[in-house]
Amino acid sequence: MSIALLIEQLLNGLQLGVMLFLMAAGLTLIFGVMGLINLAHGSLYMIGAFACAIVATATGSFWIGLAASLAAAAAAGAIMEITVIRRLYERDHLDQVLATFALILIFSEGTRWLFGSFPLYLDIPPALQGAVPLPGGGQYQLYRLAIIGVGVAVAVGLYLLIARTRLGMRIRAGESDREMIAALGVDISTLYTVVFALGAALAGLAGALVGALQSVQVGMGEPVLILAFVVIVIGGIGSIKGALFGAVLVGVVDTMGRFLLPQALTLMLAPSQAALVGGALASMLIYIVMALILAFRPSGLFSAQS
Amino acid sequence: MKNALATGLLGLSLMAAGPAAAEPVKIGVITTLSGGGAGLGIDMRDAFTLAIEQSGNKDIELVIEDDARKPELAVQIAQKMIQSDKVDLMTGIIWSNLAMAVVPNAVAQDVIYLSPNAGPSALAGPNCHPNYFNVAYQNDNFHEAMGQYANQDYKKTFILAPNYPAGKDSLTGFKRFYKGEIAGEVYTKVGQTDYAAEIAQIRASGADSVFFFLPGGMGIAFLKQYAQSGVDIPIMGPAFSFSQDILPAVGDAALGIRNSATWAKDLDNEANHKFVEAFQAKYGRLPSVYAAQSWDTANLILSALSKASVKDKEAFRAALKEADFESVRGKFSFNTNNHPIQDIYIREVVKEGDVLTNRIVAKAFTDHKDAYAQQCNM
Repeated sequence: MSIALLIEQLLNGLQLGVMLFLMAAGLTLIFGVMGLINLAHGSLYMIGAFACAIVATATGSFWIGLAASLAAAAAAGAIMEITVIRRLYERDHLDQVLATFALILIFSEGTRWLFGSFPLYLDIPPALQGAVPLPGGGQYQLYRLAIIGVGVAVAVGLYLLIARTRLGMRIRAGESDREMIAALGVDISTLYTVVFALGAALAGLAGALVGALQSVQVGMGEPVLILAFVVIVIGGIGSIKGALFGAVLVGVVDTMGRFLLPQALTLMLAPSQAALVGGALASMLIYIVMALILAFRPSGLFSAQS
Repeated sequence: MKNALATGLLGLSLMAAGPAAAEPVKIGVITTLSGGGAGLGIDMRDAFTLAIEQSGNKDIELVIEDDARKPELAVQIAQKMIQSDKVDLMTGIIWSNLAMAVVPNAVAQDVIYLSPNAGPSALAGPNCHPNYFNVAYQNDNFHEAMGQYANQDYKKTFILAPNYPAGKDSLTGFKRFYKGEIAGEVYTKVGQTDYAAEIAQIRASGADSVFFFLPGGMGIAFLKQYAQSGVDIPIMGPAFSFSQDILPAVGDAALGIRNSATWAKDLDNEANHKFVEAFQAKYGRLPSVYAAQSWDTANLILSALSKASVKDKEAFRAALKEADFESVRGKFSFNTNNHPIQDIYIREVVKEGDVLTNRIVAKAFTDHKDAYAQQCNM
C-alpha cells in the first residue's frame, strides 16, 4: 500500500464527510432552533439533485443547474415550513416523525409521477473535469476536491453567519430560549421559515453536487438521511460544530473501513473470505463507532444543550 | 397508427394461439417499484402485464405489489398473497436476497414460483424444488460467460460486486471460467452510491481489466465515477451493469464496453421482433433484459395454461417444464433443476442515433447449463 493511495483514500473520506456535513448542518440547525425532527430532509436533497439535472439538461450549464437547485430546495423548504411544519412545533416528536415521514412519501411519489422512475442524467461541469496530481505520485479528481472546497466554505460561512450577524444572534437566541425572543419582539415565525429554507438550501446543494457523481433518482435521499442522523447524534444534536466533526469522522471512518478492513483480514483469511467478511464489517463500522461514542458521551461530542 | 395496427394484429394472433382457460387464474407479482431498484421492477411489471394483455386471456388476474427492495416487506406481501389473495402462481422478484426470503417459504406452501430474474445458487443445487422454476438464469451464468470471454484479452482482473447472494454468485461464476490472475476482490454494500474508495484501489492494483457487477443505481454511480476518475483500465461486466434502464443516465461513458447477456434487442428471431416492437409501441422506450425475461415468464405461464389447469399442480408443473413457448432468446429449455439451458452472448454498448443500447458481438456459450444442477435431486 503506497502513501499516494492512503492520501487519496483520506481525501475520499474527507469528501464524503463534507457532503454529509451539508446535510447534517441543516438537520441539526432545524432541530436546534425549532426542536423539530425533519425526516423529509432527504427529500430536499432529492429536490436539489432533480432541479440541477433538469435545469442543467435544459440549459446545458451545470452552474445554472446548481443555482436552480439552491433556489428549488429553499423554496420547497419554505413552502413545506409554512404549510405543514409550522403546525408541528408544539406537537411531540412522534407526531413530527409521522408527519415528515408522510412528506417523504408525498415528495417521492410526486417526483416519480412527474419525472418517472428511471434515473436522470447529470454530469460534472467541463471546468471541473480531470484530476490534479497528489504528493507521492497519485492523482485526485478535481471535482471531488471542489466538493471539499464548497464544504469548507459553507462551514466557514455558517460560522460567520451564526457568530457575527444579527440573524445568527437570533438563531442562537432561538436555540436557548424560544419564548423569550418572541417576547422581545422578534418575528419568530419568519425566523423559523428562514432557518428552515437555509437548511433546505444546504441539502439541495449537497444533492446537486452529489447528483453529478451518482445517479439522480427517486429515493436517493433516504440513505444519506440515515447517515446524516448518525452524524448529528455523534456530533451532539443542535451543534453545527458537532455536525462538522461528526461528518468528517463518519466520512473518514467509513471510507478507511471499506479500504483497510478487508486488507487487514487477508492476514487471517483467504482473500475471497476476507473480502466478504471485511465488506460486511465495514458497513457496520460507523454504527459501532456511534454506539461507542454514545456509551461514553450520551449526548454526543459537542452537545448544544449541555 | 402502423404500430397500433401491428400491436392489434399481434394480440389477435396470440389470442388465436391457445384456447383461453375457462377458470380464473390469480398470479401474484412481487417486484421493486420504488426506491433505488425501481427501474428494474417497472420494466419487469410492464413487460409482464403487456404480455398478458396481448394474449387476450381475460381469466388471468394479476395482484401486483411493491417490495421497495426490502426483504422483510417482500415476505409480508408473499404471506398476504398466499393466505388472503390465494394466488395460484407467484413471480416478479428482482433481487436475490428477496428471493431467498420469499421463495423457499412460498414453494413449501405448494405455490408455484417462476423467477423472472433472481437465480441464487442456493435454490439451484440441493435446495431446488419442483415448485420453483427459474425462467431467467442461474445467478452465476452471465458472469461465467464474461469470465470465459475475458480469457481472450486479459491476464489480471480486479473484480467487484455487492455483498448479497447474487454478488457472491457473480464473482464465483466469473472465477469459475476465468483463467487469469485476480488483482483484487471487493464486496461493496448493497445500495452503495459512492465508489471513490474502490476506484482508488483499482487504480493502485496494477490490474489490466476490471469486472464489476452492480445492477440499477449502483451501476450508474460506479460507471460515472469511474469515467470521471481518469482510470483507463478497461472494464466489463454482466448485462445488469449496462442494461437499458441504466444507459441513459450513464451517457457516453459506457460506449464500447463489452457485457454478457442471454438477450439483446437485436437478437434475430420472430418472438423478439414482436416483443421489442410491442414494448416500444406501448411504453415509448427500449426494453431491458429484465423486461425480456418477464415477457418470457408471462409467455411460459400462458403456454402452460393452454395445456393444463393451474389447479392440477402435477399436470401444470409438467406443462411448465416442457417450456413450449416462443422465447425472445430463441432457444430455451429447462434443465433437471428447473433452471434454463440457453445461449449466452457478449454484447457491446453502441449508440443508435441518440440512443445508447447494446448490440451482440459474439457468443460466449451454446446451450449453457448451470454448475449446480447435479446437486439437485428431484
